Amino acid sequence: MDVTGVLNQVFVGLSRTVILFIVSSGLSLILGVLRIPNVAHGSLYMIGAFMAFTLSKLFGGGDMGFWMALIGAPLAVALISLVAERGIFQYLYEREHLMLILLTFAFSLVFGDLVKIVWGGEYKSVPVPYMFQGFIPLIGGLPFPLYNLFLLVCGPIIAILLWLLVNKTKIGKIARAAAVDMEMVGAVGINVSWVFASVFVIGCLLAGLGGVLVAPTVSVTLGMDHTLIIEAFLIVIMGGLGNIWGALLGALIFGLSQSLGILIWPQFGIIFPYLAVVIVLIFRPTGLLKATW
Amino acid sequence: MATGILNIKGRIWWIVALVVLCLVPFVLPRFYVYLLSIILLFGLFAMSNNFPLGFGGIYQLHHAVFYGVGAYGTALVITKSGLSPWIAFIVGPLIAAFLGLVMGIICIRLSKLYFGMLQISLGSLVWAVVYRWYSFTGGDDGIHGISVPDIISSYKGAYYFTLIVTGISLYVLYRLLKSPYGSVLQGIRDNPVRSSMIGVNVKKHQLLALVIAGFFAGVAGTLFVVVDNTVFPDMMFWTLSLEAVIMCLLGGWLTFLGPMLGAALIVIIRTFVSTYTLYWALVLGIIFTLVIFFLPNGVLGWIEDAVKRKPNLAEAKE
Repeated sequence: MDVTGVLNQVFVGLSRTVILFIVSSGLSLILGVLRIPNVAHGSLYMIGAFMAFTLSKLFGGGDMGFWMALIGAPLAVALISLVAERGIFQYLYEREHLMLILLTFAFSLVFGDLVKIVWGGEYKSVPVPYMFQGFIPLIGGLPFPLYNLFLLVCGPIIAILLWLLVNKTKIGKIARAAAVDMEMVGAVGINVSWVFASVFVIGCLLAGLGGVLVAPTVSVTLGMDHTLIIEAFLIVIMGGLGNIWGALLGALIFGLSQSLGILIWPQFGIIFPYLAVVIVLIFRPTGLLKATW
Repeated sequence: MATGILNIKGRIWWIVALVVLCLVPFVLPRFYVYLLSIILLFGLFAMSNNFPLGFGGIYQLHHAVFYGVGAYGTALVITKSGLSPWIAFIVGPLIAAFLGLVMGIICIRLSKLYFGMLQISLGSLVWAVVYRWYSFTGGDDGIHGISVPDIISSYKGAYYFTLIVTGISLYVLYRLLKSPYGSVLQGIRDNPVRSSMIGVNVKKHQLLALVIAGFFAGVAGTLFVVVDNTVFPDMMFWTLSLEAVIMCLLGGWLTFLGPMLGAALIVIIRTFVSTYTLYWALVLGIIFTLVIFFLPNGVLGWIEDAVKRKPNLAEAKE
């Protein structure tokens, strides 16, 4: 096993980490503040990816199409989630978790079929934008796709923006307070319902964003929600419920164990991330970092 | 309905139901007999899920893994070892029960959502191994054309075998629930702290419930091998587990027979809606949403409530 091969896999794993982090941080935000284990989160990720396909086609498939998709698709997903939240979820915050898991699972079935109705069952591919086509040589001369480099830049930017949102803005502070004591926040005259709605929409927007960013690197297909949502849940649990940095740590462990596992044992590469989760949860049952509940 | 299993009136209903189920293959065409077999084994699967979930209060969120492992255990013993299939039918559920014990020991320290998540993660591990181990489990193709003994290889034989095994399993599950052990388990569900205060070993009782559930899920998996002669990795994918939980909810998870009813409804809806439209999942999802909103105790729970409420109303009028 040579060093360049390992290094290459590390970078592949890091690009995967970025996607996993973006999606699972949204899930973690919703879990931490609203306490909804949102199984439909993966469907929103899938809708984001399909939306990226449509928008990038609509704007000619070039750079313009990609940037429009990057802005438009998450917004569209946010709109869908706003309707779902105001229409249904807001009446169910008091229900127990099991009911919410089942309800959001029912939603994921509905969303899955709606995607099938709108986009059909075939594979879709989103072109890599011209400006990110090509490769750059890594240390040791292995070519590394420029688009993955773009992903590696996106990850930290989004992490910092999220940190600013949660810690430095008013809505973030209210949301954190509501996560600890919702009734008290309501008692001081804050409209908790709308704070919850905005947190839900922001979380879902992140799912859509993850879908757009992943779209050029994979074939966009039905069923991409099913594998991702389990990964995202495990990352959130592993990192500590509701903790954004925990989601980052979890995504790093998940992404790297996946890419390096393939190097160690190609046939069973996919079992390594699950193994990592099991080991983490055996020793730290409530996650690596402090959970919000 | 569940309480009436042993009194005279209840017994008559049970005998009538059994006779009707025995006569079905003489009346209905092959497809419906097959469908009924599937309903019975899915019902057993959902009821075994409900044992820790509804009566033990444990978040058994990845039950399909025991169902799948039971089926794969049976299929592998038949195809790889050359032992008699009858032995395989026992080995499969035992492997599932053993997996239930191992996963239970690892997960039982956690509670509620954390328990469910660790179980899902361990279950995904099992699924990933089965999905990738082409030389042993057939990978994502699964194993097809598994030969079963001649007497149960016809569709009628498979149906009767399923009926008998499901009947025995339900009886055992019912007796377990009505035994002192079952009462303790339900006590733990309602108040774990108080139960441990009066000297009940909470974890041990819960662990036993997980092993029992694993065993009967394995039985259901074995029955699937008999009815369908095939196994595939999707049998232990997490979506099936959530469907099983929904079967419990739909029928009513505080009732004994609820999950069977839920399984029947889901299998029937899926079969008949999918003949009309490609989008049966959409219909199913909408039905689930409505049930969660309006019937949180499930269909059977709702019926029981309605039946119980009637006499009270009559009394009030007097």
